[in-house]
Amino acid sequence: MLDKELRSMIGEVKDGRMDRRAFITRMAAVGLTAPLANQILALGGVAMAEGASTYKPTKRGGGGALKLLWWQGPTLLNPHFATGTKDQDGSRLFYEPLACWDPDGNMKLVLATEIPSIQNGLLAADGKSVTWKLKPGVKWHDGKPFTADDIVFTWQYIKDPATAAVTIASYRDITVEKIDDLTVKITFPKPTPFWADAFVGAPNTILPKHLFADYTGSKSREAPTNLSPVGTGPYKFVEFKPGDLIRGVINPDYHMANRPYFDTIEMKGGGDAVSAARAVIQTGEYDFGWNIQVEDDVLLRLEKGGKGKTVYAVGGDTEFIALNFTDPNVEVDGERSSMKTKHPLFSDPVVRKALSLLVDRESVKKAIYGRAGRTTSNFLNGPEKFVSKNTSWEFNIEKAAKMLDDAGWKPGADGIREKDGKKLKILYQTSINGPRQKTQAIVKQACQKAGIEVELKSVVASVFFSSDVANPDTYPKFYADIEMFQIPLSQPDPSQHMRRYLSTSAATKENKWQGTNFPRWVNKDYDAAINAADMEMDPVKRAALYIKANDLMWEDTVFIPVQHRLKVEAAANNLRPVVSGWANETDNLFDWYREE
Amino acid sequence: MSQYVLRRLLIAIPSLLGISVVLFVVLALAPGDPFSELATNPNVPPEVQAALRAKFGLDDPIHLRYLHWLNAMLHGDWGFSFVSRMNVDTLILQRLPATLYVIGSAQILALLIAIPVGVYAATKPYSLFDQIANTLAFVGFSLPTFFTGILFILIFSVTLDWLPFVYTTDIKGTGIHWVLEMIRQAIMPVAVLGLFQAASMTRFVRSAMLDVIRLDYVTTARAKGLGQAKVIIKHVMRNAMIPVVTLIALQMPAVFGGAIVTEQIFRIPGIGSLLISSILSNDTPVVMAVTFVFACLVVLFNLIADVLYGWLDPRISLR
Repeated sequence: MLDKELRSMIGEVKDGRMDRRAFITRMAAVGLTAPLANQILALGGVAMAEGASTYKPTKRGGGGALKLLWWQGPTLLNPHFATGTKDQDGSRLFYEPLACWDPDGNMKLVLATEIPSIQNGLLAADGKSVTWKLKPGVKWHDGKPFTADDIVFTWQYIKDPATAAVTIASYRDITVEKIDDLTVKITFPKPTPFWADAFVGAPNTILPKHLFADYTGSKSREAPTNLSPVGTGPYKFVEFKPGDLIRGVINPDYHMANRPYFDTIEMKGGGDAVSAARAVIQTGEYDFGWNIQVEDDVLLRLEKGGKGKTVYAVGGDTEFIALNFTDPNVEVDGERSSMKTKHPLFSDPVVRKALSLLVDRESVKKAIYGRAGRTTSNFLNGPEKFVSKNTSWEFNIEKAAKMLDDAGWKPGADGIREKDGKKLKILYQTSINGPRQKTQAIVKQACQKAGIEVELKSVVASVFFSSDVANPDTYPKFYADIEMFQIPLSQPDPSQHMRRYLSTSAATKENKWQGTNFPRWVNKDYDAAINAADMEMDPVKRAALYIKANDLMWEDTVFIPVQHRLKVEAAANNLRPVVSGWANETDNLFDWYREE
Repeated sequence: MSQYVLRRLLIAIPSLLGISVVLFVVLALAPGDPFSELATNPNVPPEVQAALRAKFGLDDPIHLRYLHWLNAMLHGDWGFSFVSRMNVDTLILQRLPATLYVIGSAQILALLIAIPVGVYAATKPYSLFDQIANTLAFVGFSLPTFFTGILFILIFSVTLDWLPFVYTTDIKGTGIHWVLEMIRQAIMPVAVLGLFQAASMTRFVRSAMLDVIRLDYVTTARAKGLGQAKVIIKHVMRNAMIPVVTLIALQMPAVFGGAIVTEQIFRIPGIGSLLISSILSNDTPVVMAVTFVFACLVVLFNLIADVLYGWLDPRISLR
């Protein structure tokens, strides 16, 4: 829709007839945020702007101690072995990537000197390679120089399957070569619109070659540096007790001017989110509390007269209800929810649509998520550029009832609707989690009013989110009619996230339920849109493809989006943390300071 | 006596083997796997998950895994944590000091309260002191530690702002300041745990004393003109302590377990919180090691109790 206008605007910026700021303001007016406006410019041939810094201190150090509280403490300090973001957060205190993402999704340079763009020649116009220039004079904490060799080594280390690095997917298909000591070139096998993946962001930090060279492949576990990192970051490693404590001190040779602000850093682990909120907001024992998943009225109460406040960051996480397109109650060749079956109720699209009408997003927001949630009708809620404006949700019990009536689902003697001897009885599962179970109750109530019987089930999170083949209660097996949770969107780009639902990726017995398409939804148009978006270098067309994919999901009611969830953190009143919805909490730590 | 101890030790070995088999099988059959978090990470391809499973031997049959574990254990290798990728013994040793400090102090506090109060209450049954002690004891063990813990936090940390409620192993400072801080941060967890223990123990000491105090030999001792203090301490207490020792000894491992809740509330990096976080992340080698340590403690404290019986009543060791 915006295609033509956008193109002419990009042209104007290119020719200098319009400045970047004006472009971004105008983009914001049509609902696109700055980060994506920036990426549009970058791929339109205009260099990407660097995220603005709010950092004020004029000298290094002098800020005293920074005390962080992570209610799930990091358990290891090698980012490439991380299980969960907590380990990436801990590693990121010491290790650094080439660049990271600021709160607006702008790229922020860390170890690189320049953001690659087609204009400066570092980004190939065909999207098949990107060149990074490294900051000169950067030293590892042990005094050895940081060079292109470290980057090439990190790539070799990760892509070796025997290393079993969890980041392997970002590295195994690319080629990294050293041009000179301060230049590396990454080559992609096909046009790659989202080129800022490898070596960018907290999960993708760079390891020192001289300390890891002897511990590659099957020896990777034995590296002493897995537990005592030597990085290039703002803080030097002092002590690590898994799950309990990480300590660091200021790096006096840090490569960014006047940074860091704090003299020492401490990350304490353990406990639960509510008491973490209390220790930061109410008593002020700690400066910053991570991932405060606490109901909003509790936070509001703590904030009254407290020593801290909550901080929010907008990302793209969606809490959704997924619908099962296969039959969970029939076994075919020893497999439930088999691709050979069709769901007896949901094969009628009216039932799926009616169910969507029965989810009261507004009540869920009011009663549960408060400031941490936004109602939404989209599965894909960020970055803004990729968010569809074509959908809208509605909560309407009468309309749902009428739709079902019209389609022949008539209430039986027990008040439950039925058609052809099939009753509208639904099993609704989720992980054990306060907000989720409350949402279940809200949905169940509305369904009952519309004549749908809902049976609730909640599974302990460690089982629900596991890949345990022997357990029937995992989310990929999906032995229920509907299920609710969220899958975090970890990058400011939807490609990885949306590829999960390709028809070919269905979770089946054959692939030991490792397939990522757990609703087992098959749609050729969706596959075509996603595969085309993967290769599409034109940012405007690419965004349109993802919007189309999202809309196809909406039309077929594959997911009923419930809330667009924001990241919630707790911070002392005088702390100025920089938290991004597109990055880990510690990714922008070099910019944190305290207002005197 | 030494023969008696040796006999008890020999019985302990097959018990431990049996316990380890049961623990191992239960853990192997338990749902969930250590790499569950990777399953929701879109960046981790299934092949990597499979490679990790193979690398850590999760796909081998149970009996092979058990024999492998037993063999390693006999050589002093406790295995390594899947989650931290470090040796389990290092992990446990890191957590041990906090556990011993907090639980040890709580247990000492409990004994210091329970024995004098229980003994004194038994010497004057149904007196005002006895009734007050009884009431408090009932209140004490009726309130679970997670309740009193949060109550203490609300009173002493939030309202009065006297004590910290996050336990830290890394207290800055040296000498007397360090000692004072260590004591200050332990006050609440030790009090919560100690008072809970003291409550049930007081009741037990009192009833054990009452059982003995009415026996004929006590009356005889009194009739011979021995002082009240001497009768109570030398004649009554020694015999009354046999069931008390049993209780305390058998409670020790349970206290390690019961402290899990207290450790969670106050963020004490002890064995209990290690066990909880390992269970939550399905870190089987750590769960196995910690539960096995608990099993060893049960066996060990039983042994200690048996030896103490022998000392308290020499007739027992002769049988």
